[in-house]
Amino acid sequence: MQRIIKNGQVVDESWHLLPKDTTLDGLSNCDDLIVPLALWVEHPSALKARDGGLGVWLDAGEEIEEIADQLDNFQVIALNFPAFTDGRHCSSAYLLRTRYGYKGEVRAIGDVLRDQLFALKRCGFDAFALREDKDPQDALKAFEEFSEVYQASSDQPQPLFRRRA
Amino acid sequence: MYVYDQYDQQIIEDRVQQFRDQTRRFLAGELSGEEFRPLRLQNGLYIQRFAPMLRIAVPYGLLSSRQVRMMAKIARDYDKGYAHISTRQNVQFNWPDLEDVPEILAELATVQMHAIQTSGNCIRNTTTDQFAGVAKDEIVDPRPWCEIIRQWSTFHPEFTHLPRKFKIAVNGAASDRAAIEVHDIGLEAVNNAAGELGFRVSVGGGLGRTPVVGSFINEFLPWQHLISYLDAILRVYNRYGRRDNKYKARIKILVKALTPEVFAERVNAEWAHLKDGPTTLTEAEVARVAAHFVDPAYQPLHNQDAALAQLDAEHPGFARWRQRNTFAHKQTGYVAVTLSLKPTGVAPGDVTDKQLDVIAELADRYSFGEVRNSHNQNIILADVEQTQLFSLWGELREHGFATPNVGLLTDIICCPGGDFCSLANAKSIPVAEAIQRRFDDLDYLFDIGDIELNISGCMNACGHHHVGHIGILGVDKKGQEFYQVSIGGNSGREASLAQILGPSFAQDDMPDVVDKIIKVYIEQRTDEESFLDTFRRIGVAPFKERVYAANH
Ligand code: HEM
Ligand code: SF4
Repeated sequence: MQRIIKNGQVVDESWHLLPKDTTLDGLSNCDDLIVPLALWVEHPSALKARDGGLGVWLDAGEEIEEIADQLDNFQVIALNFPAFTDGRHCSSAYLLRTRYGYKGEVRAIGDVLRDQLFALKRCGFDAFALREDKDPQDALKAFEEFSEVYQASSDQPQPLFRRRA
Repeated sequence: MYVYDQYDQQIIEDRVQQFRDQTRRFLAGELSGEEFRPLRLQNGLYIQRFAPMLRIAVPYGLLSSRQVRMMAKIARDYDKGYAHISTRQNVQFNWPDLEDVPEILAELATVQMHAIQTSGNCIRNTTTDQFAGVAKDEIVDPRPWCEIIRQWSTFHPEFTHLPRKFKIAVNGAASDRAAIEVHDIGLEAVNNAAGELGFRVSVGGGLGRTPVVGSFINEFLPWQHLISYLDAILRVYNRYGRRDNKYKARIKILVKALTPEVFAERVNAEWAHLKDGPTTLTEAEVARVAAHFVDPAYQPLHNQDAALAQLDAEHPGFARWRQRNTFAHKQTGYVAVTLSLKPTGVAPGDVTDKQLDVIAELADRYSFGEVRNSHNQNIILADVEQTQLFSLWGELREHGFATPNVGLLTDIICCPGGDFCSLANAKSIPVAEAIQRRFDDLDYLFDIGDIELNISGCMNACGHHHVGHIGILGVDKKGQEFYQVSIGGNSGREASLAQILGPSFAQDDMPDVVDKIIKVYIEQRTDEESFLDTFRRIGVAPFKERVYAANH
């Protein structure tokens, strides 16, 4: 079982992340599922009618505006990083939290590595499924790397210049 | 200049620890080369031909003498005794060992310096006019705004992995010495009719493979909204800039694809959400930062025109130097002095550790303990008393800084090229040197007058060849080093890109080619016409004819 970071702690993963080409056929009714955006767009009512938890995941080129008015349906929104150097979803997470008021879990998936975690958390991610070969326990250290930051972001709405003593 | 408070200091000290640990993990094999690469790049560390190259940030080119001494120390302790001033006002070291870099950063932090975001796909060091704060034609001092941008851009969590690197330049003077129109964002500080301060905003300029002059998308952005507007531009770019092809990933490609008008609409739509939010700048913050850039304690002095003219008459060398290497100051009795780092035979922009120590000392004695790096790869003492000019000249000569060639043909902007850079198609430093040797007659150089010759070793354009009055680009022709020549570029106001003359030339031919171009100018110019003016009047054809005629 994969272990992921949630709210600063390493926990056992209970959600199933379904691949991009998933169809409704044989979809479990009770498991907690994170479905690809395309499946949600095609079958929202079928997915809503299930008993298990529902999450959705977006690839790097997919825009959160697509689901911005449907956020209540998701306990988890997972944002995929095909490469850790692809920063598009940093903006998505920020917008989910600050503009669209999403309160559920925002999870980073894909090429997620320790050295990005500090910034990702600032943007609004609260869960991190690290790349399989990486140790999430070790990665927790990332959150302590900086004790002060200049900018406003979703973790800190006031920029440093409004907080300077 | 800006002095860190406990917050600024804490952030760079945390950074030193972070990078120390990243380097340790890389050396221990916990981080792969591929994983470490973007981390080290965001810290200015390239792996080059012989060794890593470390680029240190010099925010908007400003250095205290204490910081200059630290550069000297690093050159001595970790390098081969020299440093290089870059075309983005930074300092580069060509020979440090990777293992030493964390220690170098720790030393830098003791003098409020760092290497944060000096390369990589992030917001880079903000650059400005090397004469900021002292130029007569200045309308607004750009330095406080540069510092505000520095703080906003340092570790901006949302913009650490942009499609490509991102450069911002700020100008506050009538002339544009910061080349803002060839930056990803160019900001020109202006006052509106009501006397309020704001910025004209250009986006999508840049050199590299696809040189573009930027488009102004906002004619007056009130200062309060600077940060929220920058956030909006960067967010649009971060989300929609191309990531499939690194040669099409700069913001200029997005602006072109959308058109500047549509790009501006997107920015405005995004900005509408941010405007008047918490990132709106406050008077208190601007005042806090601006307080670091007030005038130094100038003495009430008189201009020394007569006395200096007298010295000119007695010392023609001084007269020449004064004509080229000094710059009029807003404060009576003062003058700004450019130390030429372009004597023949030295790679443009190189300084030794000993020279750096000397510069620090001269800064302490002559110029309130501060210097500036210019994008032309020279160093400036900005606040020299005119009565001291003659004695300063004597000292500069002793240390090799008094070559009277600032703005002349031999004041070449040149990238490291094939001697150091692994991306190079061709060497650039030897070409610069061969041209300097050919044009060794000062009278002739003075007669030619203001001209910019820029050399890049490949199309990445680190040497700004597209905006040189004469631009030279190293190209690879079947494994051989050749040089393409273009003319008519200009990085100042009304920036323009140079036009390519035609087929490229062998290295040995380059001094002749430049010579022919210059001869056409000399023959065709009217009185008082600069090279660029003549080019604009007569066009590229006469130059082309001359240069290729002799080839056959
Ligand atoms: C030796 C190591 C160097 C390497 C590997 C390197 C690499 C590059 C690359 C790949 C680009 C193009 C990026 C793009 O257009 O997206 C670039 C641009 C640039 N480099 Fe360098 N560079 C080096 C040294 C320097 C030095 C020493 C300077 C200053 C003298 C410099 C100044 C610049 C500038 C000003 C640009 C901007 C051109 C633009 O606006 O697009 N670089 N460099
Ligand atoms: S222009 Fe090319 S050769 Fe010159 S430093 Fe840049 S990348 Fe290297």
